[in-house]
Amino acid sequence: MTLALILLSVLILGSAIVALSLRNLIHSALLLVACWAGIAAFYLWAGAEFVAFAQGLVYVGAISMVVLFAVLLTRQGTASEPLGFASWQRFILALVAGGGVAGILVGAVLGTPLTVTTPGPVPVLTVKQIGAQLMGPHVVALLVVGILLTVSLLGAVVLAAEENVKSPEDEV
Amino acid sequence: MSAYAMAVAGSEPFLERAPLLLRDAFVQLLPAPTQWLVHHLITIVAILAVFGLFFAFTTIAERKLLGRLQNRRGPNRTGVPQFSILPWRFKHTLFGLSQPFADAVKALTKEDIVPAAADKLLHFLAPVLVVAFSLLTFAVLPFGRNLIPVELDSALLYFFAAGSATELTIFMAGWASRNKYSLLAAMRALAQVISYELPLMLSVVPVVLVAGSLSTREIALAQGGWTFGIIPHWNVFTPWGFAGFLLFLVAALAESNRSPFDLPEAESELVAGHLTEYSGFKYALFFMAEYFGLTALSGLGITIFLGGWQAPVPFLGFVPSYAWFMLKLVGMIGFFIWVRGTLLRLRIDQLTRLAWQFIVPLALINLLNAAFWSLTRDWTGALQLVRWVISAAIVVGPFVLLGRKLNAGRAPRTYRYATS
Repeated sequence: MTLALILLSVLILGSAIVALSLRNLIHSALLLVACWAGIAAFYLWAGAEFVAFAQGLVYVGAISMVVLFAVLLTRQGTASEPLGFASWQRFILALVAGGGVAGILVGAVLGTPLTVTTPGPVPVLTVKQIGAQLMGPHVVALLVVGILLTVSLLGAVVLAAEENVKSPEDEV
Repeated sequence: MSAYAMAVAGSEPFLERAPLLLRDAFVQLLPAPTQWLVHHLITIVAILAVFGLFFAFTTIAERKLLGRLQNRRGPNRTGVPQFSILPWRFKHTLFGLSQPFADAVKALTKEDIVPAAADKLLHFLAPVLVVAFSLLTFAVLPFGRNLIPVELDSALLYFFAAGSATELTIFMAGWASRNKYSLLAAMRALAQVISYELPLMLSVVPVVLVAGSLSTREIALAQGGWTFGIIPHWNVFTPWGFAGFLLFLVAALAESNRSPFDLPEAESELVAGHLTEYSGFKYALFFMAEYFGLTALSGLGITIFLGGWQAPVPFLGFVPSYAWFMLKLVGMIGFFIWVRGTLLRLRIDQLTRLAWQFIVPLALINLLNAAFWSLTRDWTGALQLVRWVISAAIVVGPFVLLGRKLNAGRAPRTYRYATS
Protein backbone atom coordinates (compact mmCIF):
# COMPACT_ATOMS: atom_id res chain seq x y z
CA MET A 1 0.00 0.00 0.00
CA THR A 2 2.79 2.42 0.91
CA LEU A 3 4.67 1.53 -2.24
CA ALA A 4 1.60 2.36 -4.30
CA LEU A 5 1.30 5.70 -2.51
CA ILE A 6 4.94 6.53 -3.23
CA LEU A 7 4.52 5.65 -6.90
CA LEU A 8 1.39 7.77 -7.12
CA SER A 9 3.09 10.71 -5.44
CA VAL A 10 6.00 10.46 -7.85
CA LEU A 11 3.54 10.42 -10.75
CA ILE A 12 1.50 13.37 -9.48
CA LEU A 13 4.38 15.57 -8.34
CA GLY A 14 6.68 14.55 -11.18
CA SER A 15 4.16 15.32 -13.90
CA ALA A 16 3.27 18.62 -12.23
CA ILE A 17 6.92 19.68 -11.95
CA VAL A 18 7.75 18.69 -15.52
CA ALA A 19 4.57 20.45 -16.71
CA LEU A 20 5.78 23.66 -15.10
CA SER A 21 9.24 23.43 -16.58
CA LEU A 22 8.27 22.66 -20.19
CA ARG A 23 8.17 25.38 -22.84
CA ASN A 24 5.61 23.62 -25.02
CA LEU A 25 2.17 24.53 -23.70
CA ILE A 26 0.42 21.48 -25.19
CA HIS A 27 2.91 19.15 -23.56
CA SER A 28 2.38 20.97 -20.27
CA ALA A 29 -1.39 20.62 -20.60
CA LEU A 30 -1.15 16.90 -21.36
CA LEU A 31 1.16 16.39 -18.38
CA LEU A 32 -1.36 18.27 -16.28
CA VAL A 33 -3.95 15.71 -17.42
CA ALA A 34 -1.57 12.95 -16.30
CA CYS A 35 -1.31 14.73 -12.96
CA TRP A 36 -5.12 14.81 -12.64
CA ALA A 37 -5.31 11.13 -13.54
CA GLY A 38 -2.76 10.49 -10.79
CA ILE A 39 -4.95 12.38 -8.32
CA ALA A 40 -7.91 10.23 -9.40
CA ALA A 41 -5.77 7.14 -8.76
CA PHE A 42 -4.88 8.57 -5.36
CA TYR A 43 -8.56 8.88 -4.45
CA LEU A 44 -8.98 5.29 -5.56
CA TRP A 45 -6.06 4.33 -3.33
CA ALA A 46 -7.72 6.14 -0.44
CA GLY A 47 -10.94 4.19 -0.97
CA ALA A 48 -13.02 7.10 -2.32
CA GLU A 49 -14.26 5.27 -5.40
CA PHE A 50 -16.98 7.74 -6.34
CA VAL A 51 -14.74 10.80 -6.00
CA ALA A 52 -12.03 9.06 -8.03
CA PHE A 53 -14.30 8.36 -11.00
CA ALA A 54 -15.88 11.79 -10.76
CA GLN A 55 -12.38 13.26 -10.86
CA GLY A 56 -11.60 11.12 -13.90
CA LEU A 57 -14.80 12.09 -15.69
CA VAL A 58 -14.65 15.80 -14.93
CA TYR A 59 -10.93 16.55 -15.02
CA VAL A 60 -9.46 13.99 -17.43
CA GLY A 61 -12.52 14.00 -19.69
CA ALA A 62 -13.85 17.55 -19.66
CA ILE A 63 -11.54 20.13 -18.08
CA SER A 64 -8.58 18.79 -20.06
CA MET A 65 -10.52 19.65 -23.21
CA VAL A 66 -11.22 23.17 -21.93
CA VAL A 67 -7.53 23.67 -21.20
CA LEU A 68 -6.38 22.30 -24.57
CA PHE A 69 -8.94 24.32 -26.53
CA ALA A 70 -8.02 27.44 -24.59
CA VAL A 71 -4.34 26.91 -25.38
CA LEU A 72 -5.00 26.27 -29.06
CA LEU A 73 -7.46 29.10 -29.58
CA THR A 74 -5.45 31.77 -27.78
CA ARG A 75 -1.95 30.89 -28.92
CA GLN A 76 -0.46 33.70 -30.92
CA GLY A 77 2.70 33.23 -32.89
CA THR A 78 5.74 32.94 -30.70
CA ALA A 79 4.17 31.48 -27.59
CA SER A 80 6.97 29.00 -27.21
CA GLU A 81 9.49 31.74 -26.56
CA PRO A 82 10.11 32.63 -22.93
CA LEU A 83 8.27 35.73 -21.83
CA GLY A 84 10.43 38.67 -20.92
CA PHE A 85 10.39 40.60 -17.71
CA ALA A 86 7.60 43.20 -18.09
CA SER A 87 7.68 45.58 -15.15
CA TRP A 88 8.33 45.74 -11.43
CA GLN A 89 4.68 46.56 -10.78
CA ARG A 90 3.59 43.36 -12.46
CA PHE A 91 6.22 41.40 -10.60
CA ILE A 92 5.02 42.67 -7.23
CA LEU A 93 1.37 42.06 -8.10
CA ALA A 94 2.15 38.50 -9.18
CA LEU A 95 4.08 37.96 -5.97
CA VAL A 96 1.18 39.30 -3.88
CA ALA A 97 -1.43 37.19 -5.70
CA GLY A 98 0.63 34.01 -5.60
CA GLY A 99 1.67 34.60 -2.00
CA GLY A 100 -1.91 35.25 -0.97
CA VAL A 101 -3.17 31.97 -2.45
CA ALA A 102 -0.23 30.07 -0.99
CA GLY A 103 -0.81 31.71 2.41
CA ILE A 104 -4.47 30.78 2.46
CA LEU A 105 -3.70 27.18 1.46
CA VAL A 106 -0.90 26.77 4.00
CA GLY A 107 -3.04 28.40 6.68
CA ALA A 108 -5.91 26.05 5.89
CA VAL A 109 -3.63 23.02 5.98
CA LEU A 110 -1.96 24.04 9.25
CA GLY A 111 -5.21 25.18 10.83
CA THR A 112 -6.97 21.85 10.28
CA PRO A 113 -6.68 19.70 13.38
CA LEU A 114 -4.90 16.55 12.31
CA THR A 115 -5.82 13.83 14.76
CA VAL A 116 -3.72 10.79 14.18
CA THR A 117 -5.66 7.75 15.29
CA THR A 118 -5.10 4.08 14.84
CA PRO A 119 -6.89 2.91 11.71
CA GLY A 120 -10.30 1.67 12.79
CA PRO A 121 -12.81 -0.17 10.66
CA VAL A 122 -13.18 1.74 7.39
CA PRO A 123 -16.82 2.76 6.88
CA VAL A 124 -18.18 1.28 3.68
CA LEU A 125 -19.81 4.15 1.83
CA THR A 126 -22.07 3.33 -1.06
CA VAL A 127 -22.92 5.72 -3.86
CA LYS A 128 -26.49 5.67 -2.58
CA GLN A 129 -25.41 7.17 0.75
CA ILE A 130 -23.35 9.83 -1.00
CA GLY A 131 -26.34 10.68 -3.19
CA ALA A 132 -28.65 10.88 -0.18
CA GLN A 133 -26.18 13.19 1.55
CA LEU A 134 -25.88 15.41 -1.52
CA MET A 135 -29.64 15.59 -2.03
CA GLY A 136 -30.43 15.94 1.68
CA PRO A 137 -28.23 18.05 3.96
CA HIS A 138 -26.00 19.45 1.20
CA VAL A 139 -28.67 20.22 -1.37
CA VAL A 140 -28.06 23.99 -1.14
CA ALA A 141 -24.40 23.59 -2.08
CA LEU A 142 -25.39 21.32 -4.98
CA LEU A 143 -27.91 23.87 -6.25
CA VAL A 144 -25.43 26.73 -5.93
CA VAL A 145 -22.86 24.77 -7.96
CA GLY A 146 -25.53 23.97 -10.55
CA ILE A 147 -26.56 27.63 -10.87
CA LEU A 148 -22.93 28.72 -11.11
CA LEU A 149 -22.25 26.26 -13.92
CA THR A 150 -25.44 27.25 -15.75
CA VAL A 151 -24.53 30.93 -15.52
CA SER A 152 -21.06 30.26 -16.90
CA LEU A 153 -22.54 28.17 -19.70
CA LEU A 154 -24.96 30.95 -20.60
CA GLY A 155 -22.09 33.44 -20.48
CA ALA A 156 -20.11 31.28 -22.88
CA VAL A 157 -23.09 31.07 -25.23
CA VAL A 158 -23.58 34.86 -25.12
CA LEU A 159 -19.90 35.44 -25.85
CA ALA A 160 -19.83 32.93 -28.68
CA ALA A 161 -23.13 33.91 -30.33
CA GLU A 162 -22.29 37.60 -30.70
CA GLU A 163 -22.30 37.76 -34.46
CA ASN A 164 -25.20 36.06 -36.15
CA VAL A 165 -23.97 35.41 -39.65
CA LYS A 166 -26.23 33.18 -41.66
CA SER A 167 -24.70 30.95 -44.22
CA PRO A 168 -26.24 31.32 -47.69
CA GLU A 169 -27.16 27.65 -47.61
CA ASP A 170 -29.63 28.19 -44.77
CA GLU A 171 -31.58 30.79 -46.71
CA VAL A 172 -32.84 28.31 -49.27
CA MET B 1 -19.68 -13.09 0.33
CA SER B 2 -18.93 -12.26 -3.26
CA ALA B 3 -21.11 -13.23 -6.18
CA TYR B 4 -18.42 -15.63 -7.25
CA ALA B 5 -18.33 -17.46 -3.92
CA MET B 6 -22.10 -17.70 -3.96
CA ALA B 7 -21.99 -19.12 -7.45
CA VAL B 8 -19.58 -21.88 -6.52
CA ALA B 9 -21.44 -22.72 -3.34
CA GLY B 10 -24.87 -22.37 -4.91
CA SER B 11 -26.73 -24.79 -7.07
CA GLU B 12 -26.39 -23.04 -10.41
CA PRO B 13 -26.15 -25.10 -13.58
CA PHE B 14 -22.71 -26.35 -14.50
CA LEU B 15 -22.42 -24.28 -17.67
CA GLU B 16 -23.07 -21.10 -15.68
CA ARG B 17 -20.13 -21.86 -13.40
CA ALA B 18 -17.85 -23.43 -16.00
CA PRO B 19 -15.66 -20.37 -16.80
CA LEU B 20 -15.04 -19.70 -13.11
CA LEU B 21 -14.29 -23.35 -12.35
CA LEU B 22 -11.85 -23.46 -15.26
CA ARG B 23 -10.09 -20.36 -13.99
CA ASP B 24 -9.87 -21.67 -10.44
CA ALA B 25 -8.58 -25.04 -11.57
CA PHE B 26 -5.77 -23.24 -13.37
CA VAL B 27 -5.04 -20.86 -10.50
CA GLN B 28 -4.80 -23.75 -8.03
CA LEU B 29 -1.90 -25.21 -10.02
CA LEU B 30 0.31 -22.22 -9.25
CA PRO B 31 2.17 -21.36 -6.03
CA ALA B 32 0.06 -19.45 -3.51
CA PRO B 33 1.82 -16.04 -3.60
CA THR B 34 1.17 -15.58 -7.32
CA GLN B 35 -2.43 -16.77 -7.24
CA TRP B 36 -4.11 -13.38 -6.81
CA LEU B 37 -2.09 -11.94 -9.69
CA VAL B 38 -2.82 -14.85 -12.04
CA HIS B 39 -6.46 -14.67 -11.01
CA HIS B 40 -6.70 -11.14 -12.40
CA LEU B 41 -4.39 -11.79 -15.35
CA ILE B 42 -6.66 -14.58 -16.56
CA THR B 43 -9.60 -12.17 -16.52
CA ILE B 44 -7.61 -9.65 -18.58
CA VAL B 45 -6.40 -12.27 -21.03
CA ALA B 46 -9.93 -13.63 -21.41
CA ILE B 47 -11.28 -10.15 -22.28
CA LEU B 48 -8.43 -9.52 -24.71
CA ALA B 49 -8.85 -12.89 -26.40
CA VAL B 50 -12.64 -12.89 -26.61
CA PHE B 51 -13.05 -9.29 -27.69
CA GLY B 52 -9.97 -9.35 -29.89
CA LEU B 53 -11.50 -12.21 -31.83
CA PHE B 54 -14.88 -10.52 -31.67
CA PHE B 55 -13.30 -7.44 -33.23
CA ALA B 56 -11.72 -9.54 -35.97
CA PHE B 57 -15.00 -11.16 -36.88
CA THR B 58 -16.88 -7.86 -36.59
CA THR B 59 -14.72 -6.46 -39.36
CA ILE B 60 -15.39 -9.42 -41.65
CA ALA B 61 -19.10 -9.38 -40.76
CA GLU B 62 -19.23 -5.68 -41.52
CA ARG B 63 -17.53 -6.09 -44.88
CA LYS B 64 -19.68 -9.04 -45.88
CA LEU B 65 -22.95 -7.50 -44.69
CA LEU B 66 -22.18 -4.15 -46.30
CA GLY B 67 -21.35 -6.06 -49.44
CA ARG B 68 -24.72 -7.80 -49.40
CA LEU B 69 -26.50 -4.51 -48.66
CA GLN B 70 -24.79 -3.01 -51.71
CA ASN B 71 -25.58 -5.99 -53.90
CA ARG B 72 -22.07 -7.42 -54.03
CA ARG B 73 -20.48 -10.40 -52.35
CA GLY B 74 -17.88 -8.93 -50.04
CA PRO B 75 -14.56 -10.64 -49.27
CA ASN B 76 -14.91 -14.38 -49.91
CA ARG B 77 -11.54 -15.54 -51.26
CA THR B 78 -9.21 -15.72 -48.27
CA GLY B 79 -8.80 -19.32 -47.27
CA VAL B 80 -6.11 -21.25 -45.46
CA PRO B 81 -2.59 -20.18 -46.45
CA GLN B 82 -0.44 -22.82 -48.08
CA PHE B 83 2.30 -24.03 -45.77
CA SER B 84 5.22 -25.18 -47.90
CA ILE B 85 6.19 -27.94 -45.45
CA LEU B 86 2.85 -29.64 -45.87
CA PRO B 87 2.53 -32.06 -48.79
CA TRP B 88 -1.18 -31.28 -49.41
CA ARG B 89 -3.22 -28.14 -49.63
CA PHE B 90 -6.55 -27.36 -48.00
CA LYS B 91 -8.54 -26.03 -50.94
CA HIS B 92 -11.70 -24.62 -49.38
CA THR B 93 -11.78 -20.82 -48.99
CA LEU B 94 -13.81 -20.99 -45.74
CA PHE B 95 -16.18 -18.31 -47.11
CA GLY B 96 -13.37 -15.78 -46.68
CA LEU B 97 -13.60 -16.01 -42.91
CA SER B 98 -9.85 -15.83 -42.46
CA GLN B 99 -9.81 -12.36 -44.04
CA PRO B 100 -9.27 -10.47 -40.72
CA PHE B 101 -6.06 -12.42 -40.06
CA ALA B 102 -4.77 -11.59 -43.52
CA ASP B 103 -5.71 -7.94 -42.82
CA ALA B 104 -3.79 -8.06 -39.55
CA VAL B 105 -0.68 -9.38 -41.26
CA LYS B 106 -1.02 -6.71 -43.91
CA ALA B 107 -1.38 -3.92 -41.34
CA LEU B 108 1.61 -5.22 -39.37
CA THR B 109 3.90 -5.40 -42.35
CA LYS B 110 2.99 -2.05 -43.86
CA GLU B 111 5.42 0.83 -43.68
CA ASP B 112 4.89 3.06 -40.69
CA ILE B 113 5.25 6.66 -41.84
CA VAL B 114 5.75 9.40 -39.28
CA PRO B 115 5.79 12.97 -40.62
CA ALA B 116 9.17 14.66 -40.23
CA ALA B 117 7.71 17.57 -38.28
CA ALA B 118 5.47 15.42 -36.10
CA ASP B 119 5.67 15.30 -32.36
CA LYS B 120 7.12 11.79 -32.34
CA LEU B 121 6.21 10.84 -28.79
CA LEU B 122 2.59 12.01 -28.90
CA HIS B 123 2.18 10.64 -32.41
CA PHE B 124 3.19 7.26 -31.04
CA LEU B 125 1.24 7.53 -27.78
CA ALA B 126 -2.13 8.44 -29.32
CA PRO B 127 -2.95 5.04 -30.89
CA VAL B 128 -1.60 3.20 -27.84
CA LEU B 129 -3.70 5.21 -25.41
CA VAL B 130 -6.85 5.05 -27.50
CA VAL B 131 -6.79 1.25 -27.45
CA ALA B 132 -5.95 1.22 -23.74
CA PHE B 133 -8.81 3.56 -22.81
CA SER B 134 -11.35 1.77 -24.94
CA LEU B 135 -10.34 -1.58 -23.40
CA LEU B 136 -10.72 -0.14 -19.89
CA THR B 137 -14.45 0.20 -20.38
CA PHE B 138 -14.90 -3.58 -20.65
CA ALA B 139 -13.91 -3.94 -16.99
CA VAL B 140 -17.34 -3.19 -15.56
CA LEU B 141 -19.64 -4.93 -18.05
CA PRO B 142 -21.46 -7.97 -16.63
CA PHE B 143 -20.95 -10.56 -19.38
CA GLY B 144 -22.86 -13.19 -17.46
CA ARG B 145 -24.46 -13.94 -14.14
CA ASN B 146 -21.06 -14.45 -12.51
CA LEU B 147 -18.81 -13.00 -15.18
CA ILE B 148 -18.06 -9.43 -14.27
CA PRO B 149 -14.37 -8.50 -14.33
CA VAL B 150 -14.54 -5.79 -11.67
CA GLU B 151 -17.53 -5.25 -9.44
CA LEU B 152 -17.77 -1.55 -8.71
CA ASP B 153 -20.42 0.32 -6.80
CA SER B 154 -20.17 3.25 -9.22
CA ALA B 155 -19.55 1.21 -12.36
CA LEU B 156 -21.43 3.50 -14.75
CA LEU B 157 -19.39 6.49 -13.62
CA TYR B 158 -16.23 4.47 -14.24
CA PHE B 159 -17.46 3.48 -17.70
CA PHE B 160 -17.99 7.08 -18.76
CA ALA B 161 -14.79 8.28 -17.12
CA ALA B 162 -12.78 5.72 -19.07
CA GLY B 163 -14.74 6.37 -22.24
CA SER B 164 -14.37 10.15 -22.15
CA ALA B 165 -10.60 9.81 -21.91
CA THR B 166 -10.54 8.77 -25.57
CA GLU B 167 -11.25 12.42 -26.48
CA LEU B 168 -7.74 13.23 -25.35
CA THR B 169 -6.31 10.76 -27.82
CA ILE B 170 -8.26 12.32 -30.70
CA PHE B 171 -6.68 15.63 -29.82
CA MET B 172 -3.24 14.06 -29.46
CA ALA B 173 -3.53 12.36 -32.85
CA GLY B 174 -4.60 15.56 -34.58
CA TRP B 175 -2.10 17.84 -32.89
CA ALA B 176 0.92 15.54 -32.97
CA SER B 177 0.61 15.08 -36.74
CA ARG B 178 1.63 18.74 -37.29
CA ASN B 179 -0.78 18.90 -40.16
CA LYS B 180 -3.26 21.76 -40.11
CA TYR B 181 -5.96 19.64 -41.71
CA SER B 182 -5.47 16.92 -39.14
CA LEU B 183 -5.76 19.46 -36.35
CA LEU B 184 -8.92 21.00 -37.82
CA ALA B 185 -10.41 17.55 -38.27
CA ALA B 186 -9.52 16.68 -34.69
CA MET B 187 -11.37 19.78 -33.50
CA ARG B 188 -14.39 18.76 -35.56
CA ALA B 189 -14.25 15.25 -34.16
CA LEU B 190 -13.98 16.61 -30.63
CA ALA B 191 -16.94 18.93 -31.19
CA GLN B 192 -18.98 15.91 -32.24
CA VAL B 193 -17.85 13.61 -29.45
CA ILE B 194 -18.32 16.26 -26.76
CA SER B 195 -21.75 17.21 -28.12
CA TYR B 196 -22.96 13.64 -27.96
CA GLU B 197 -21.43 12.75 -24.62
CA LEU B 198 -24.13 14.74 -22.83
CA PRO B 199 -27.11 12.95 -24.47
CA LEU B 200 -25.35 9.62 -23.99
CA MET B 201 -25.10 10.16 -20.26
CA LEU B 202 -28.55 11.73 -20.02
CA SER B 203 -30.09 8.71 -21.74
CA VAL B 204 -28.49 6.44 -19.13
CA VAL B 205 -29.50 8.49 -16.08
CA PRO B 206 -33.21 7.42 -16.13
CA VAL B 207 -32.13 3.81 -15.69
CA VAL B 208 -29.98 4.80 -12.71
CA LEU B 209 -32.96 6.68 -11.29
CA VAL B 210 -35.34 3.73 -11.58
CA ALA B 211 -32.86 1.00 -10.61
CA GLY B 212 -31.49 3.14 -7.78
CA SER B 213 -27.94 2.03 -8.43
CA LEU B 214 -24.89 2.88 -10.50
CA SER B 215 -23.69 -0.71 -10.42
CA THR B 216 -24.03 -2.51 -13.74
CA ARG B 217 -24.55 -5.79 -11.92
CA GLU B 218 -27.48 -4.42 -9.92
CA ILE B 219 -29.03 -2.86 -13.02
CA ALA B 220 -28.82 -6.16 -14.93
CA LEU B 221 -30.23 -8.07 -11.95
CA ALA B 222 -33.11 -5.61 -11.55
CA GLN B 223 -34.36 -6.52 -15.03
CA GLY B 224 -35.01 -10.16 -14.18
CA GLY B 225 -38.50 -11.67 -14.17
CA TRP B 226 -41.41 -11.77 -16.58
CA THR B 227 -44.91 -10.32 -16.73
CA PHE B 228 -47.54 -12.96 -17.58
CA GLY B 229 -44.57 -15.32 -17.87
CA ILE B 230 -43.68 -14.02 -21.33
CA ILE B 231 -42.85 -10.28 -21.34
CA PRO B 232 -39.43 -9.74 -19.78
CA HIS B 233 -38.92 -6.88 -17.30
CA TRP B 234 -36.31 -5.26 -19.49
CA ASN B 235 -36.08 -1.51 -19.36
CA VAL B 236 -36.64 -1.25 -23.09
CA PHE B 237 -40.20 -2.55 -22.62
CA THR B 238 -41.27 0.53 -20.67
CA PRO B 239 -42.14 3.87 -22.35
CA TRP B 240 -39.23 5.76 -20.80
CA GLY B 241 -36.88 2.83 -21.40
CA PHE B 242 -37.87 2.59 -25.05
CA ALA B 243 -37.30 6.32 -25.58
CA GLY B 244 -34.06 6.13 -23.61
CA PHE B 245 -32.86 3.20 -25.68
CA LEU B 246 -33.48 5.06 -28.94
CA LEU B 247 -31.69 8.15 -27.63
CA PHE B 248 -28.87 5.93 -26.41
CA LEU B 249 -28.56 4.28 -29.83
CA VAL B 250 -28.25 7.63 -31.62
CA ALA B 251 -25.76 8.96 -29.08
CA ALA B 252 -23.76 5.72 -29.15
CA LEU B 253 -23.56 5.85 -32.96
CA ALA B 254 -22.24 9.40 -32.76
CA GLU B 255 -19.84 8.66 -29.90
CA SER B 256 -18.23 5.81 -31.79
CA ASN B 257 -18.05 7.80 -35.05
CA ARG B 258 -20.21 5.34 -36.93
CA SER B 259 -22.22 6.15 -39.99
CA PRO B 260 -24.42 8.26 -40.26
CA PHE B 261 -22.23 10.25 -37.86
CA ASP B 262 -18.86 9.33 -39.39
CA LEU B 263 -17.91 12.91 -40.17
CA PRO B 264 -14.62 12.81 -38.25
CA GLU B 265 -13.25 10.32 -40.75
CA ALA B 266 -15.35 10.85 -43.86
CA GLU B 267 -12.98 8.75 -45.96
CA SER B 268 -14.27 10.11 -49.23
CA GLU B 269 -13.90 13.82 -48.39
CA LEU B 270 -11.49 14.31 -45.51
CA VAL B 271 -9.13 11.38 -46.08
CA ALA B 272 -9.74 10.05 -42.56
CA GLY B 273 -9.57 13.45 -40.83
CA HIS B 274 -7.35 13.42 -37.78
CA LEU B 275 -5.90 10.07 -38.84
CA THR B 276 -4.53 11.37 -42.15
CA GLU B 277 -0.92 11.10 -41.03
CA TYR B 278 -1.28 7.62 -39.59
CA SER B 279 -0.40 4.52 -41.51
CA GLY B 280 0.15 0.83 -41.07
CA PHE B 281 -0.45 -0.70 -37.69
CA LYS B 282 -1.08 2.60 -35.89
CA TYR B 283 -3.99 3.27 -38.22
CA ALA B 284 -5.27 -0.23 -37.57
CA LEU B 285 -5.04 0.43 -33.82
CA PHE B 286 -7.35 3.43 -34.16
CA PHE B 287 -9.88 1.26 -35.95
CA MET B 288 -9.48 -1.44 -33.35
CA ALA B 289 -10.22 1.12 -30.63
CA GLU B 290 -13.24 2.34 -32.56
CA TYR B 291 -14.67 -1.16 -32.74
CA PHE B 292 -13.83 -1.82 -29.09
CA GLY B 293 -15.64 1.38 -28.19
CA LEU B 294 -18.65 0.37 -30.25
CA THR B 295 -18.67 -3.10 -28.67
CA ALA B 296 -18.38 -1.66 -25.17
CA LEU B 297 -21.18 0.83 -25.80
CA SER B 298 -23.34 -1.97 -27.22
CA GLY B 299 -22.56 -4.01 -24.12
CA LEU B 300 -23.58 -1.08 -21.94
CA GLY B 301 -26.81 -0.64 -23.92
CA ILE B 302 -27.56 -4.34 -23.49
CA THR B 303 -26.83 -4.17 -19.78
CA ILE B 304 -28.98 -1.18 -19.01
CA PHE B 305 -31.81 -1.49 -21.52
CA LEU B 306 -31.93 -5.01 -22.97
CA GLY B 307 -31.87 -6.96 -19.74
CA GLY B 308 -28.14 -7.68 -19.68
CA TRP B 309 -27.45 -11.39 -19.58
CA GLN B 310 -31.08 -12.30 -18.81
CA ALA B 311 -32.84 -14.77 -21.07
CA PRO B 312 -35.78 -13.32 -23.04
CA VAL B 313 -38.22 -16.12 -22.19
CA PRO B 314 -38.28 -18.33 -19.06
CA PHE B 315 -38.08 -21.71 -20.80
CA LEU B 316 -34.78 -20.71 -22.46
CA GLY B 317 -33.18 -20.16 -19.06
CA PHE B 318 -31.03 -23.26 -19.46
CA VAL B 319 -28.85 -21.45 -22.01
CA PRO B 320 -25.94 -19.94 -20.05
CA SER B 321 -26.18 -16.22 -19.36
CA TYR B 322 -22.95 -15.28 -21.15
CA ALA B 323 -24.33 -16.88 -24.34
CA TRP B 324 -27.34 -14.56 -24.11
CA PHE B 325 -25.07 -11.58 -23.64
CA MET B 326 -22.97 -12.46 -26.67
CA LEU B 327 -26.08 -13.14 -28.77
CA LYS B 328 -27.48 -9.73 -27.91
CA LEU B 329 -24.09 -8.19 -28.63
CA VAL B 330 -24.03 -9.79 -32.08
CA GLY B 331 -27.55 -8.48 -32.64
CA MET B 332 -26.56 -4.94 -31.67
CA ILE B 333 -23.46 -4.97 -33.86
CA GLY B 334 -25.53 -6.34 -36.73
CA PHE B 335 -27.98 -3.49 -36.24
CA PHE B 336 -25.16 -0.94 -36.33
CA ILE B 337 -23.82 -2.44 -39.56
CA TRP B 338 -27.30 -2.34 -41.05
CA VAL B 339 -27.59 1.35 -40.10
CA ARG B 340 -24.24 2.02 -41.73
CA GLY B 341 -25.38 0.38 -44.92
CA THR B 342 -28.68 2.30 -44.96
CA LEU B 343 -28.31 5.89 -43.78
CA LEU B 344 -26.47 8.79 -45.36
CA ARG B 345 -23.89 10.90 -43.60
CA LEU B 346 -25.05 14.10 -41.89
CA ARG B 347 -23.55 17.55 -42.34
CA ILE B 348 -21.72 18.96 -39.29
CA ASP B 349 -24.33 21.64 -38.58
CA GLN B 350 -27.13 19.09 -38.84
CA LEU B 351 -25.21 16.87 -36.47
CA THR B 352 -24.75 19.45 -33.72
CA ARG B 353 -28.28 20.80 -34.19
CA LEU B 354 -29.68 17.32 -33.76
CA ALA B 355 -27.74 16.89 -30.53
CA TRP B 356 -28.45 20.22 -28.83
CA GLN B 357 -31.92 21.06 -30.09
CA PHE B 358 -33.53 17.64 -30.27
CA ILE B 359 -31.81 14.87 -28.36
CA VAL B 360 -30.74 16.76 -25.23
CA PRO B 361 -34.24 18.21 -24.56
CA LEU B 362 -35.85 14.84 -25.20
CA ALA B 363 -33.37 13.13 -22.89
CA LEU B 364 -34.14 15.66 -20.14
CA ILE B 365 -37.89 15.09 -20.59
CA ASN B 366 -37.23 11.36 -20.48
CA LEU B 367 -35.53 11.87 -17.13
CA LEU B 368 -38.74 13.44 -15.80
CA ASN B 369 -40.64 10.51 -17.29
CA ALA B 370 -38.47 8.05 -15.38
CA ALA B 371 -39.01 10.07 -12.20
CA PHE B 372 -42.77 9.79 -12.76
CA TRP B 373 -42.38 6.05 -13.38
CA SER B 374 -40.48 5.45 -10.16
CA LEU B 375 -42.89 7.62 -8.14
CA THR B 376 -45.90 5.62 -9.36
CA ARG B 377 -44.28 2.29 -8.62
CA ASP B 378 -47.14 1.05 -6.41
CA TRP B 379 -50.01 1.86 -8.77
CA THR B 380 -51.92 -1.31 -9.57
CA GLY B 381 -54.89 -2.48 -11.59
CA ALA B 382 -56.48 0.23 -13.73
CA LEU B 383 -53.99 2.77 -12.38
CA GLN B 384 -51.24 0.69 -13.98
CA LEU B 385 -52.85 1.37 -17.35
CA VAL B 386 -53.05 5.10 -16.55
CA ARG B 387 -49.38 5.00 -15.64
CA TRP B 388 -48.48 3.49 -18.99
CA VAL B 389 -50.63 5.97 -20.92
CA ILE B 390 -49.21 9.01 -19.13
CA SER B 391 -45.65 7.76 -19.53
CA ALA B 392 -46.17 7.03 -23.23
CA ALA B 393 -47.72 10.47 -23.69
CA ILE B 394 -44.63 12.08 -22.11
CA VAL B 395 -42.55 10.25 -24.71
CA VAL B 396 -44.64 10.80 -27.83
CA GLY B 397 -45.91 14.34 -27.16
CA PRO B 398 -42.58 16.18 -26.91
CA PHE B 399 -41.16 14.08 -29.74
CA VAL B 400 -43.91 15.13 -32.16
CA LEU B 401 -44.07 18.76 -30.99
CA LEU B 402 -40.32 19.33 -30.97
CA GLY B 403 -39.86 17.53 -34.25
CA ARG B 404 -42.54 19.66 -35.94
CA LYS B 405 -41.17 22.87 -34.49
CA LEU B 406 -37.63 22.14 -35.63
CA ASN B 407 -38.77 20.99 -39.03
CA ALA B 408 -40.91 24.09 -39.62
CA GLY B 409 -39.55 25.95 -42.62
CA ARG B 410 -37.01 23.24 -43.39
CA ALA B 411 -39.00 20.37 -44.75
CA PRO B 412 -40.01 19.43 -47.34
CA ARG B 413 -36.80 20.57 -48.89
CA THR B 414 -37.07 22.20 -52.31
CA TYR B 415 -34.53 21.30 -54.90
CA ARG B 416 -33.70 23.67 -57.71
CA TYR B 417 -32.11 22.19 -60.76
CA ALA B 418 -30.38 24.04 -63.52
CA THR B 419 -32.64 24.31 -66.54
CA SER B 420 -31.39 24.82 -70.03
